Amino acid sequence: MLSYIVRRLLLLIPVFFTVSIIIFGIIHLVPGDPVDNLLRIGSTPEQKAIITARYGLDKPLAQQYLLWLGNMAQGDLGDAIVMRRPVSALLAQNIPFSLRLGAAALLFSTLLGIAAGTLAAIYKDSKIDQSVMAGILLGSTLPSFWLGLLLILLFSVQLGWLPVSGARSWQAIILPVLTIGLGGTALVARVTRIAMLETMQKDFVLLLHAKGLPARRIQLRHVLRHALMPVVTILGLRIGWILGGAVTVEFVFARPGLGTLLIKALNQHDYPVMQGCLLMLAIAVMLGTLIGDLVQAAMDPRVRQAMT
Amino acid sequence: MSLAIDTQTGAGQSFRRSVAGKVLLTPKGGISGCYLICLLLLALLAPWVTPYPYDVQELSIASQAPSLAHWLGTDEFGRDVLSRIMYGARTSLSVSFTAISVSVLVGMTLGAAAGYFGGMFDRFVTAAVDLSWSFPEILIALILVAIIGPGLHSTMLAIGIAYLAQFTRLTRAQILGLKNETFIEATRNLGASHGHIVFRHLMPNALAPVIICGMLATGDAIILEATLGFFGLGAQPPVPSWGAMMSSGTAQIFKAPWIIIFPGLAVAVTVIMINLFGDALIRALDIRAKLREG
Repeated sequence: MLSYIVRRLLLLIPVFFTVSIIIFGIIHLVPGDPVDNLLRIGSTPEQKAIITARYGLDKPLAQQYLLWLGNMAQGDLGDAIVMRRPVSALLAQNIPFSLRLGAAALLFSTLLGIAAGTLAAIYKDSKIDQSVMAGILLGSTLPSFWLGLLLILLFSVQLGWLPVSGARSWQAIILPVLTIGLGGTALVARVTRIAMLETMQKDFVLLLHAKGLPARRIQLRHVLRHALMPVVTILGLRIGWILGGAVTVEFVFARPGLGTLLIKALNQHDYPVMQGCLLMLAIAVMLGTLIGDLVQAAMDPRVRQAMT
Repeated sequence: MSLAIDTQTGAGQSFRRSVAGKVLLTPKGGISGCYLICLLLLALLAPWVTPYPYDVQELSIASQAPSLAHWLGTDEFGRDVLSRIMYGARTSLSVSFTAISVSVLVGMTLGAAAGYFGGMFDRFVTAAVDLSWSFPEILIALILVAIIGPGLHSTMLAIGIAYLAQFTRLTRAQILGLKNETFIEATRNLGASHGHIVFRHLMPNALAPVIICGMLATGDAIILEATLGFFGLGAQPPVPSWGAMMSSGTAQIFKAPWIIIFPGLAVAVTVIMINLFGDALIRALDIRAKLREG
């Protein structure tokens, strides 16, 4: 297991460098002088000199990149142009909100997905199966921001039960979690359903039936447990997906977080903030995939061996 | 869509009829097919069939509820929501369709070359595909918009690149499965060139799953386009797009919810119909197993 972890971590290095080069490139690929892109309008030549020196913008690209990485390692991601604060402070302020939302949404969609998939598998080909799966397909096809707006309309505007936006009270997280969660349930439900149906065909299940165990107990105690394996496998993949959903949904609910910050930065052409947010999101996706792979390897020895 | 596949697989006239029939005669395929054709016509004919122009503001009738004069109400500038949705269909459909078509073409070329020739190029392509595969499409699109700046062109490019990995991967898997078949070996032994083998024999056989995959991706692309529009990063005003309409409507959510309900409904119904049609097509062509290989 240890050697698998080491090899898996080594794999991250080229990925990290590729992604960081792309994100570093943003400032150089946009039209215009990178120094001007990093400056507020009306800055003095002295300020220009400071920025140029900090990023070494007169040096060769490779050196600039290393300087950028070095600054970043020390927690210096530059200063926001429009928001006028260090990017690291903005990120530190927003990341906890995104983490809370992402974790809650992941938990909610996984539990709901497993429940729906189990229900559909137990009542295979019946009305229940069809309506559960159709409902879930519908949930996953709706654009998540529209679903969010509809939920606001229903629960906040019409019923007045929950706050419309922001993150001032704990209730404010309910609608965003519902929005991301409902969209994300489909994959988990589908995987659970198929895995359960496949497991039901296995010999050991036949044996359990032959032993005279009640059908419901076989399904929930034995079949479901086996069927959870592939669900765990896709958890890692879904972390990236949840983050993508969080970006959209945070913006809809005007909730502080990485997504809201990123979109604000994109609209204001605030390049250091863009770079910071994208880097954080990319790192989160990489860590998510890593965790997913490690969990999978811990559960299934074949995965560990396959990588040699 | 079905026409393109049939001519490419080189099948006869009767087969074409039967596939179109198989798709359109099922309830799923029939309803979704009709919807998509109607939508396409509405989008093409928008300048002639919309009851009002999309950009003329009339503040005296701003934010009015649906009525006989304005079936779906008016927005915060007094523009007819129905007319703007029809024009929005133009934007959404043309952006997603163009982006996905280009993406499919490039992805097929990359995937076919990687699968057929193997070696260093294959390893490079596979690594790039795996890299972008692990990132959500919206994140890739946002990175690209950060580089190119907001607008319709960057939306198209962002969508195209975000889905490229999918088509490359699927084509490569198809080609890998096919290239050691006996008929390919026979063609090679007859002295056919690489180009002839790839374009005349491998690609036509690999085409159907990739086209279907592209069709389903068009549905996702419509959502992605609407999302970028909603963020204010897609179509810039006054060009109507479904996403941008909802974005400007959020400020009116208490007063005039129809401004966001109807464009969203247009997105949702269109995407569901595309999925249903794709499903019917998969069933008619009987290629469910092939789609899994990617």
